[in-house]
Amino acid sequence: MLPGFTMAEKILAKKAGRERVEPGEIVEAEVDLAMVHDLTGPLTVEVFEKIGAERVWDPNKIVVVFDHQVPADSTRSAELQKKMRRFVADQGIKHFFDVGRGGICHQVLPESGLVRPGMLVVGADSHTCTYGALGAFSTGIGATDMAYVFATGKLWFKVPPTTRVEVVGELPRGVYAKDVILAVAGEIGSDGANYMAIEFCGEVVKRFSVDERLTLCNMAVELGAKTGLVEPDEKTASYLGANPSSMGEVVRSDEDAEYADQRVLDASGLEPMVACPHSVDNVKPVSEVVGTSIDQAFIGSCTNGRIPDLREAARILRERTVSDGVRLVVIPASQRVYEQAVREGLVEVFVKAGAVVCPPTCGPCLGGHMGVLASGERCISSSNRNFVGRMGSRESEVFLASPATVAASAVAGEIADPRDFLGD
Amino acid sequence: MSSHVFRGRVWKFGDNVTTDEIIPGRYRFKTDDIGEWAKHVLEGADPEFPKKVRPGDVVVAGKNFGSGSSREPAPLVIKHAGISAVIAKSFARIFFRNAINVGLPVVICEQLPDVTEAGDVVEVDLEKGMVRNLTKSVEFAATKIPNFLMQILMDGGLVEHIRKRGGAVWQDIG
Repeated sequence: MLPGFTMAEKILAKKAGRERVEPGEIVEAEVDLAMVHDLTGPLTVEVFEKIGAERVWDPNKIVVVFDHQVPADSTRSAELQKKMRRFVADQGIKHFFDVGRGGICHQVLPESGLVRPGMLVVGADSHTCTYGALGAFSTGIGATDMAYVFATGKLWFKVPPTTRVEVVGELPRGVYAKDVILAVAGEIGSDGANYMAIEFCGEVVKRFSVDERLTLCNMAVELGAKTGLVEPDEKTASYLGANPSSMGEVVRSDEDAEYADQRVLDASGLEPMVACPHSVDNVKPVSEVVGTSIDQAFIGSCTNGRIPDLREAARILRERTVSDGVRLVVIPASQRVYEQAVREGLVEVFVKAGAVVCPPTCGPCLGGHMGVLASGERCISSSNRNFVGRMGSRESEVFLASPATVAASAVAGEIADPRDFLGD
Repeated sequence: MSSHVFRGRVWKFGDNVTTDEIIPGRYRFKTDDIGEWAKHVLEGADPEFPKKVRPGDVVVAGKNFGSGSSREPAPLVIKHAGISAVIAKSFARIFFRNAINVGLPVVICEQLPDVTEAGDVVEVDLEKGMVRNLTKSVEFAATKIPNFLMQILMDGGLVEHIRKRGGAVWQDIG
């Protein structure tokens, strides 16, 4: 008897109009949703024009989000954004999130219900893999590929083999989804899942909220993966404000699906984790780096700028202050998250603690604006990359950790263990 | 020499060269002039590289070249700096797609990087799928990539490919 299929294989087969597909095979598939942001959109439009395309294949299936350089930080970015607004208007693109209307694309698409289980989604941003948390096959592509998608609604895909990561046990206090994915990165390595899909499962993942699953899948690309995936369930449905039966096309891996690799991680023994410079897989338990001095702390990004992240950070920062000599930058991932954080009093906690709270944007994560690093400076960040020069100077250093570890470090003035600040 | 054979002097890099090292995000915020970006090509991995590199040179690297962002300017600046080809043990997937789409020859070869040093002269025969280190007199087969991708690459990228062939490109898939 033929073996069963993984979620990734089933979604790609369906979108390619095929009975079955095998890992390694190249197929042409129909895309359900295509996203560009303010940094990749202009080049996409330029190539779209160069290939002689005139109209986009479906203005209802394209999403444009301004998040990297917002509000415009220079006349150059203002001009690029003007050009994109014109394209949106000319083409009648339905889903457009301008400054003040959305936030970081990888929060905006899930929270606005645009991504549904079973969809094939492409985005001109490498962290597009985030949406797999909702049971979609979702992956990052470049501007030229995107221009082709804009024109035709189709793209070629190599069917990825799937690695299954099962997370069992119970998360200890002070340990979060971010610590889980950092631990996985430390084990698998930054190219350990190159070209693969990673399926996250197990009791811990089942207990995770959709927000936490988004954190897991967001960092799949840091292991080289094409996408991360979580099987949709009643939590997915409730997140989408839908019934489990009508939330989309629920696709599950078969019991006898074939995996390229299977790993089991026992979360019960996990400590808060930190990815040290300059690679995401250079992961150590926080106890090994406690006491490392810092100049800046950053809570935000498409990895960890959501409400549960801000709540955990606020738990630590309430009635405490940021250490002298440290800047704390907090950036809610979207307008909705921002509004919720205001309503819950979280923003007040941050401001009182001495943090600067910025409007939704990618900000300093990629060295753009709102907290770029000078030479010799060190930052602990809740974002997803700590590459050389990522957040500014080539001579700066970035440590990656959970929002709780970042908040604790901001208070301590050096890398600190959040468990020392959380109470019992 | 056919237009699909490149010969050049080698610059050697290690594993996991990231897109932030190839073209840091901070420069992309300042300008969209590719010539300006190219002045910083790969400086994250070797600060002197933009000054040393000459047209026709070849980059040889380890595994997972181009990991990180989906930024298409990464392969574009390498091409713009005059690099004729990148030979690596493996490439990050988005970088690989982007390189082919912009017409930067990318060649996967497990063995050549291990026996090649900076300053060696290597030759890439794209059509035959061979790479040679002329300094060391060794020759290896490159990992084969699908024909339709080779066609895009040999046409100079997806835009040229579509212009030349007037439309749909990968009908021969599957």
